[in-house]
Amino acid sequence: MTTQPPLIRIERVTKRFGDFTAVNQVDLEIRQGEFFALLGASGCGKTTLLRMLGGFETPTEGRILIDGVDVSSVPPYERPVNMMFQSYALFPHMTVEQNIAFGLQQDKMPKAQIAERVKAMLDMVQMTPYAKRKPAQLSGGQKQRVALARSLAKQPKVLLLDEPLGALDKKLREQTQLELVNIQDKVGITFIIVTHDQEEAMTMASRVGIMKEGQIAQIGTPFEVYETPNSRFVGDFIGNANMIEGAVISGEGAEWKIGAGKIDATLTAHHEAGLQVGAQVTVMVRPEKMILGREAAPGVNSVSGKVSDIAYLGDMSIYHVKLPSGQKLQVSQANLRHGGSGRFDYDQEVVVSWHAGDSVVLLA
Amino acid sequence: MSTPSALKQKFGRFLVALPPYGWLLLFFMVPFLIVLKISLSELQAAIPPYKPILEWAEGALPHLHLNFENYSYLFSDELYVLAYLNSLKVAAISTVMTLLIGYPMAYTIARSPARYRNPLLMLVVLPFWTSLLIRVYSWMGILKNEGLLNSFLMWLGIIDSPIQIMETNTAVYIGIVYSYLPYMILPLYATLEKMDLTLLEAAADLGCPPFKAFLKITLPLSMPGVIAGTLLVFIPAVGEFVIPDLLGGPDTLMIGKVIWAEFFDNRDWPVASAVAVAILILLVVPIMIYQRNESRAEAK
Repeated sequence: MTTQPPLIRIERVTKRFGDFTAVNQVDLEIRQGEFFALLGASGCGKTTLLRMLGGFETPTEGRILIDGVDVSSVPPYERPVNMMFQSYALFPHMTVEQNIAFGLQQDKMPKAQIAERVKAMLDMVQMTPYAKRKPAQLSGGQKQRVALARSLAKQPKVLLLDEPLGALDKKLREQTQLELVNIQDKVGITFIIVTHDQEEAMTMASRVGIMKEGQIAQIGTPFEVYETPNSRFVGDFIGNANMIEGAVISGEGAEWKIGAGKIDATLTAHHEAGLQVGAQVTVMVRPEKMILGREAAPGVNSVSGKVSDIAYLGDMSIYHVKLPSGQKLQVSQANLRHGGSGRFDYDQEVVVSWHAGDSVVLLA
Repeated sequence: MSTPSALKQKFGRFLVALPPYGWLLLFFMVPFLIVLKISLSELQAAIPPYKPILEWAEGALPHLHLNFENYSYLFSDELYVLAYLNSLKVAAISTVMTLLIGYPMAYTIARSPARYRNPLLMLVVLPFWTSLLIRVYSWMGILKNEGLLNSFLMWLGIIDSPIQIMETNTAVYIGIVYSYLPYMILPLYATLEKMDLTLLEAAADLGCPPFKAFLKITLPLSMPGVIAGTLLVFIPAVGEFVIPDLLGGPDTLMIGKVIWAEFFDNRDWPVASAVAVAILILLVVPIMIYQRNESRAEAK
């Protein structure tokens, strides 16, 4: 897969609106068949980047190549990409069928072939019984399916999805996420999705690009960005994280001793690359990787504190442990046994432990 | 379901709707019924110049005299039929011209930056601040042989002698298109302005270039505005009296002028009323059929 040339190349692309820089010198390569998610808070530039791929905005600087062709100034109606809009943008005066056929008619495809393709698309999104309905007569989930069918009907090289599930309720959204992945698998088209929902990105995407202030903070598989974020921002943005500040004391191989003066502890962390002794770093530990106990568990790192808050979520509980220094750690524990013993009370003295390998050293 | 508060709400709505409907009943339905009554009565040289349709004979049941001759008379003289047809023609041509001029204007206003839209709309409505009569008189000043337009064209050297515009159908068209343009622009603007522009992006995304997208998306979606504007211009234009009377010539045959002539020159109130009722039926029936079809299509 890596030997293939990238399907999409974004080269030092910048987009400015007046004084505001929405996208700042972004470089990005996306390969054929990927399910790529652009993830970020609102205003981070992810939608602008997507709209530049669709041709609705022109880059101020840099260029965009699709399949080796510079499309930076090609209008949307001549690009081999299709977009699924956040509002779905279904044509209200056309039936479901006519909506799906619209793009094919623009290509002057023979009528019989259009009918066939429309039928296949309706089948794929399970909307055949609704073919003659107008968009106003459909539910949100049904509209979403029609929008997907319409944007896939032309078999584009790339499908752009702008917050495609944003208008659906939680249950339907989770169900649709997996459906989208299945459909993408079936059609083999490259999907680029924009979302602010990290769970959505993690569930669907094969690679995730996390954006911050117009730039890409990190690109990687969901596993990589969760387990080994490259900055405090990414660590904080994806999932929950405990951040402990400290300075490097010494290292041996990949094992490093880090003095966390604020919480009065020396931590052991695993880090492949070299570190400078004395450097200011942050040790990040995910809440589910910490173990809560009455005494130190057989981990390497342990700190003691008092339970200050408990959030009971059913399958698990999140304990907030207040350390003597005042810093709070979040520890999540699975509620494995009914009324089980592994539960702790408010103000209980506890020890939080974790393994060296579960600490991530962050430099930025 | 009919809790006291729901009842109260219903009653409240009824109260709000009552005055306008009462007003229409009193000042539209009642005069119309009077005109209808006159159209069915016989002419007589008296005050009022028609016979009552109900006769109260002594000791007998009241006798109803319905006289349909006024209506059959409309077909006996081709003047009336011609006047109807000509009114429909003038109204139709003016409506099409108003649409052709009004659509681009409404479109431009609706697609201008938001801060310019209201001032531009104000400019469209501004002529209403002056009475229609005065504005039509000013057109006389512009269009007449020694008027502004002819003097200007002669000064430019485009023409040697004045062109006759006043007292022709052309002047009537100019007058109607000018006066009714706002009634076309406002409903068109309302539909164009609320259109979701993402739809055009979607059309472009699916391979549709801008002009084609206008034909396939914008135009069909603005049809409610086109229809509303067309009705608002066409219906009053058919019965228009002031503009053809002031700008048109003796051969400008329009139904409004005929009604005027029958009422005031011939003092034949029954025939004049019959002309008025006939034009109403001619206009209302097709519109009602249209609206029924529309509401049926919507219900589907």
